[in-house]
Amino acid sequence: MAFNSTVETLPAMGRFSLRCKRENTVAMSKALGFELPSSISESAQSGGMTALKLGPDEWMLTCPMEARSEIEKSLAAIYPDAVHSLTDISSREVSIRISGPEAEELLSTSCPRNLAELKSGRGVRTIFDSVQVILTREEQNQFRLDVWRSFVPHVMGLLRVAVAEFECGL
Amino acid sequence: MLLIHCPYCKEKLPELEFEYAGQAHIARPDNPAEQTDAEWRDYLFIRSNVRGDHAEQWRHSHGCGRYFNALRNTVSDKFIATYEIGQACPTSHAEGEENNEQLES
Ligand SMILES: [Zn+2]
Repeated sequence: MAFNSTVETLPAMGRFSLRCKRENTVAMSKALGFELPSSISESAQSGGMTALKLGPDEWMLTCPMEARSEIEKSLAAIYPDAVHSLTDISSREVSIRISGPEAEELLSTSCPRNLAELKSGRGVRTIFDSVQVILTREEQNQFRLDVWRSFVPHVMGLLRVAVAEFECGL
Repeated sequence: MLLIHCPYCKEKLPELEFEYAGQAHIARPDNPAEQTDAEWRDYLFIRSNVRGDHAEQWRHSHGCGRYFNALRNTVSDKFIATYEIGQACPTSHAEGEENNEQLES
């Protein structure tokens, strides 16, 4: 059986860690221009911006690099009324995209989650062979791993070995 | 591998995402300076070491990041319940379950 999946690192993208209390989410959503998702693992999108809910009071915002200052400005404007923490973590992580019909199986070689239960458009923080990652299922057969920069060689190495094993039919 | 239900993520997830964090429902004294040495020692170090159902803290460290409480049987390693911080400990009287056998101090 032919193997048709790819593993690639993605160009830099803007990333923020956003923390705020429940009572402030309405004001935050208003300033961002779209509703922040309300349950863990859900994501919401508007324009080039995506918000993924990681914890009860935690979201990850992703956007194009050049859109960062605009987000910072619009949220800083409402800070006095809606206290929150917005941290630019763009260069902390590198994103790896895994796509193709074998993508789910490829990831399951090092991720203990039941990936079949992760629906399209959702994302979670989890573990990938002892490395903490944010795993997003962008489409049915397309995943993105956000990995802390210094762990990328390790994660890419594991994925390359897995790809090699799949290619020779192991 | 154990599957643990996170009360915040509302999902049963692999143990690898979690960290054990000691016995639950131990309140920090309001004014530590008023404690005697013995009381402070008890607060810091003395734990019940239950053989049976044990209320304990866990943290979903590689997930939502939250601490929560769990009731786990230390003999069978079965999780009876997990619940949010601030909630009361659910009591367990399941048939055939090991009872608490607390050590005499
Ligand atoms: Zn959780």
